[in-house]
Amino acid sequence: MPRIGVFVCHCGENIGATVDCAAVAGACAGIPGVVVSMDYKYMCSDPGQNLIRDAIREKKLTGVVVAACSPRMHEPTFRRACAEAGLNPYLCEMANLREHCSWVHEKGETTTRKAIDLVRVIVEKVKRNRPLYPINVPVTKTALVLGGGIGGIQAALDIANAGHKVVLVERDPSIGGHMAQLSETFPTLDCSQCILTPRMVEVAQHPNITLYTYSELESVEGFIGNFRAKIRRKARSIDMKTCTGCGICMQKCPQKKIPSEFNAGLGMRTAIYVPFPQAVPNKPVIDRRNCTYFKTGKCGVCAKVCPAKAVRYDQQDEIVEVEVGAIVAATGYEVKGADFFPEYGYGKYPDVINGLQFERLASASGPTLGAMKRPSDGKEPETVVFIACAGSRDPAKGIDYCSKICCMYTAKHAMLYRHKVHHGKAYVFYMDIRAGGKMYEEFVRRAIEEDGVKYIRGRVSRIYDEDGKLVVRGADTLLGHQPIEIRADMVVLASAMVASPGSEELAQKLKVSYDPYYFLSEAHPKLRPVETNTAGIFVCGSCQAPKDIPETVAQASGAAAKVCGLFSNRELSREPVVAVVNRLPPPVYSTCVGCFLCEDACAYRAIEREEIRGRDGQLIRTVAKVNAGVCQGCGTCVALCRTKSIDIQGFTNEQVYAEVMAL
Amino acid sequence: MEEFEPKIIAFVCNWCTYAGADLTGTSRIRYQPNVRIIRFPCTGRIDFMLLLKAFARGADGVIVSGCHPNDCHYTSGNFHARRRWILFRRLLDFVGIDVRRIHFAWISAAEGAKWAEFVNDVTDTIRKLGPFEEYRKLVHMGFDPIEVA
Repeated sequence: MPRIGVFVCHCGENIGATVDCAAVAGACAGIPGVVVSMDYKYMCSDPGQNLIRDAIREKKLTGVVVAACSPRMHEPTFRRACAEAGLNPYLCEMANLREHCSWVHEKGETTTRKAIDLVRVIVEKVKRNRPLYPINVPVTKTALVLGGGIGGIQAALDIANAGHKVVLVERDPSIGGHMAQLSETFPTLDCSQCILTPRMVEVAQHPNITLYTYSELESVEGFIGNFRAKIRRKARSIDMKTCTGCGICMQKCPQKKIPSEFNAGLGMRTAIYVPFPQAVPNKPVIDRRNCTYFKTGKCGVCAKVCPAKAVRYDQQDEIVEVEVGAIVAATGYEVKGADFFPEYGYGKYPDVINGLQFERLASASGPTLGAMKRPSDGKEPETVVFIACAGSRDPAKGIDYCSKICCMYTAKHAMLYRHKVHHGKAYVFYMDIRAGGKMYEEFVRRAIEEDGVKYIRGRVSRIYDEDGKLVVRGADTLLGHQPIEIRADMVVLASAMVASPGSEELAQKLKVSYDPYYFLSEAHPKLRPVETNTAGIFVCGSCQAPKDIPETVAQASGAAAKVCGLFSNRELSREPVVAVVNRLPPPVYSTCVGCFLCEDACAYRAIEREEIRGRDGQLIRTVAKVNAGVCQGCGTCVALCRTKSIDIQGFTNEQVYAEVMAL
Repeated sequence: MEEFEPKIIAFVCNWCTYAGADLTGTSRIRYQPNVRIIRFPCTGRIDFMLLLKAFARGADGVIVSGCHPNDCHYTSGNFHARRRWILFRRLLDFVGIDVRRIHFAWISAAEGAKWAEFVNDVTDTIRKLGPFEEYRKLVHMGFDPIEVA
């Protein structure tokens, strides 16, 4: 006979205020097999857990049901408590009275009745739970970091400095990411490249880091501790071993009119190019879409002038396979660009630029060498309008969220402009100023008070060209929505930050969830900010949500710490939620008839064939067998097995049918 | 007369819809209390005989929900569920069971609001349809879906 204990948690007011917990405990006491049923204010607290532990010992419980929050929250807590009292942890399950009941329904009898139903279902399930034992798997102590921006660099260095191997994959020809493009950083105004490039070099020289630039993740298989990733190394058309990075090819390349990605389209580059002078690795790449040789078959200048004979037109993409134990996604963001702001004329007027383009204008290494010259005619702009929240916080644009960094970088831009053009006028249109952070508010104050930047609270409706001036029309909401017009020479849009292109495919390859904006989802918004719901895969930086540099670095170090924590184990124990094919005494052996439908359905190739032989070695039957090390426990095979011979531990047919029958 | 309150059973996957329903809770979005969630590792695990069993046990409506296509935590379980669903729905239609009583949705872990909306819609639909007596009568007459299968 099962002896089940039911423990109903009030979760303070969270459950107790809506559900009559005492009534639930009372009703559950009447379920056959339940020998103890009680309610308590905070079941997860130490005294709460003691109630469970004592009950297990005193009442010799064979199963525990904790009716509290979501099992995704506290199941490990309660299972541990059960294990401490000598009960197999897999005999403990949770009924979700908080997220699925008290938080979503009104107070009342109906809600309490639903709560009782939910507990009853789990009681019926637990009656049929069997003791299970975790499966041990080895850990490959190598981490894969995706993205070579500041987040990826920080994570890679932290993991590598802890003594583990790291494979860093970057899609572009150089690491550095957007931070390499920035001029100066808020709130200290220190030069971005000066603090970033030493880190980039450190990555390149670190003995524990293998760097794959101009490469992309092709596919991932496996599970925590044992991933196998395929990386596509795109053909660089250069032999990296023989190239010395002398740069003669770039000087001689006749194709010189390609908009430079690094300069956000404000400068030009050649078809064989190094994205920027401090690039790591500092070796060129041929942009095959724009190279004359690849377009027409004629040219070949770079190959002729190369003193090291390192140009390889026939180079092919190469697939490298790596085995890693953990993956950190740090794929960053991009800013919304052309055709997103027709009303602001972005893409139509060359002097309407976005924040990244302004960074390049202000940067000493930029196309103007740091001189404030507007893109259209190279004149110094006398009046510049900065528009914050361009696209962000705008449901009409489909971006409801705040891009978080724009308030700060707009203040920085206005300040930098005023430092460079002392007689210039800087106006900022803003909705709110969100300057939460150390020295951030002071920084914005400084822009307004010391550098004389005019802040106008209101939004811009339209920008149009009139006699060579950009007329910015908006409203000043602090002056009673008074219409306002500014005749500007240049407009800078603090355009919305969005997840970098390909985030959706990346999330699907990694099997992590993502939000409607394609930002990767963390496992818990507060308590597990760098983990994902897929064990062994971590996130950092603005691929998770918009963030500034300090936050990205902090999160990257957090992800690195999690990876190192994972790597400190020689073996990992995995949840024993895996499929099993039944075995019975002879002459039946198994109810499996060997149709192997499961073999085709299994996405992990976990189904093996086992030959059952008699004592004389004669083959009796071939039946399916599950490789528990490979099985991930989805249960697809269970649902399609025609003879119900395969079952999944923790969600057996017996259990789930009992659950349905209990309703 | 008291208004009919339908009983709806939701079969959901652990990774997307269960987490999505958790998010509905954390976001405190209210919805109608008629639904009872049963957790599965994956929609691919859901044996559709369970749905018939649910009807036999007095459910008036059934929900199956999991990860969006390509987002399955187990790569392809939701595709198996989708195929099975299409067949199952046609079969129900063929034998004369009102398919408005079964509902399928893709709801991700980030779509808490969508879960609330979906549950409300389904509940309203089923409430209009009234209790599912026909099927229960069949069961009383000795038609056991499990036996038939």
